[in-house]
Amino acid sequence: MIELSQTEIEAIRHEMSLYEDPGAATIEALKIVQEHRGWVSDEALEAAAVVVGVTPTQMEAVATFYNLIFRQPVGRHVIMICDSISCYLTGYEEILAYLKKTLGIEFGQTTPDDRFTLLPICCLGDCDNGPSMRVGEDYHGRLTPDRVDAILAEYK
Amino acid sequence: MDETRVLTRNIREGREPVWRAEYEAAGGWEAFKKTLAELKPTEVGELVKEAGLRGRGGAGFPTGMKWSFMPRFEERPEERPAHVYLVINADEMEPGTFKDRLLMEGDPHQLIEAMAISSYAIGADIAYVFLRGEYVECQRRLQKAIDEATEAGYLGNDILGSGYNLKIYLHMSAGRYICGEESALLSALEGRRAVPRHKPPFPAASGLFGQPTTVNNVETICNVPHIVSNGADWYKQLGAHKDGGTKLFGASGHVNRPGLAEMPLGTRMGDLLEHFGGIREGRRLKALLPGGGSTPLLTADHLDTPMDYEGVGAAGSRLGTGTMVVMDETTPIVGVLKNLEHFYAQESCGWCTPCRDGLPWVERILTNLEAGKGHPGDIELLELHTKLLGPGKTFCAHAPGAMGPLESGLKYFRDELAALIPDDSDTLSLTEPANTASNSQV
Repeated sequence: MIELSQTEIEAIRHEMSLYEDPGAATIEALKIVQEHRGWVSDEALEAAAVVVGVTPTQMEAVATFYNLIFRQPVGRHVIMICDSISCYLTGYEEILAYLKKTLGIEFGQTTPDDRFTLLPICCLGDCDNGPSMRVGEDYHGRLTPDRVDAILAEYK
Repeated sequence: MDETRVLTRNIREGREPVWRAEYEAAGGWEAFKKTLAELKPTEVGELVKEAGLRGRGGAGFPTGMKWSFMPRFEERPEERPAHVYLVINADEMEPGTFKDRLLMEGDPHQLIEAMAISSYAIGADIAYVFLRGEYVECQRRLQKAIDEATEAGYLGNDILGSGYNLKIYLHMSAGRYICGEESALLSALEGRRAVPRHKPPFPAASGLFGQPTTVNNVETICNVPHIVSNGADWYKQLGAHKDGGTKLFGASGHVNRPGLAEMPLGTRMGDLLEHFGGIREGRRLKALLPGGGSTPLLTADHLDTPMDYEGVGAAGSRLGTGTMVVMDETTPIVGVLKNLEHFYAQESCGWCTPCRDGLPWVERILTNLEAGKGHPGDIELLELHTKLLGPGKTFCAHAPGAMGPLESGLKYFRDELAALIPDDSDTLSLTEPANTASNSQV
């Protein structure tokens, strides 16, 4: 079993202090681990469970429920393209096809150079800028194939 | 119809946030000072009740009434539980909804002040903002506003010498639509799977960690400082029809100028569409979702509908979040319904069978229809689902919400959907439930 870094442990303990029941920090603990490691491995999940004081099974039940926790390695930049109604109406399908062709991957896959992972995401709340996607933490809206090329070039 | 800027009065083009000094210069934090100095907690609740404020997150429940369900401990402080909570639902994930993000990014202090007043009104000592995971910019700005407010003595212990204590924390979600359901949200906040809870007990009796809790939407609560400052009568007269106040309306999809605008509640739907530039390329309106993915479709026959709770209700839909998703005459309705039902099937928490198994089935039927592989009987099967997944048949409102657009789609566009079934199709529908893992998740 691995141990988490002191930075991770301190960040998790801080979150635990914000709740009447420290176990409430389960989700934050996963997010903290992911922030430091890119994704949540079985070993990291078990180590985080020890810090929070819940069982690995409880941790896993939460980890597999939420969209933003990755239980497999992902690329350096995760692309989440909004597949909900406003983006559907404004050309999501064309942008998705272009992304898949340009990157040579399907949903759930990572480019061989580990640069990008492609995932669908529910409505990003960027409906007036559809079609929209998120790369890492950045929003990019009003996508066209040309704009997609320019945006992808920003992420090395 | 003109914009009436109450909630958005400080918000700039480009959303450059208003920080404390500027917020105070514009009269900010005065409502909270007035509350502490002049009003008893229950008096704030009475004011909100009298103003007729209703929830802006989708369900439209009267806010003052929700607050009145909270147990009071002023007369019996020895019975006060360890904590009483206010939780702000900022998990904006309703498809086509992008309004709370504007309020949090553009004027973060408004929400924090609103939370302080509302917490005082219900006797809460801890308040959380349950924020969707993608809204990292909101997180940064709200955290800065909380820090500034704490520094100024608006949060913490014995606030402004009143004896009132309050702490505010942010919780970043890890993403699931069902977190927007208030009891599922409480499960998520406790660090568990966001599975809805049985009601009763309602959150006011047993909410977060089993303590008395009220859950309110961002936009709803942002009205509170203005009601406290200007009074219930002022608030009521802001409305253009039956309900009082303003609303952040929005339009996305096939309009010329998609965006948001604060207008009187009850503004005519056709006027709103005009405000957003009308339908793109001079086309005609086919249908719209008046307030997000789970509000039943309306058509060009409903342009005179006053956009408030009563008006949209009378037209056969719901005001929902007030952000319209607009479709022009070229839009195939089967694609719209398939997109929506895919979303609901994927986002079902899986707790109860009708929702978990019924929604993928609906999605599969619509997928087949769109691909020209429908069967006679498919329309009737879809119709049956609107009954079997309707109100009262499932554990929470997720599946009934999903049936809203489907039922209305069948009502207004039945012929268009039926025409998709090939003439030479088998007579039996052997539709298999869809594979919900079709969207690979890492």
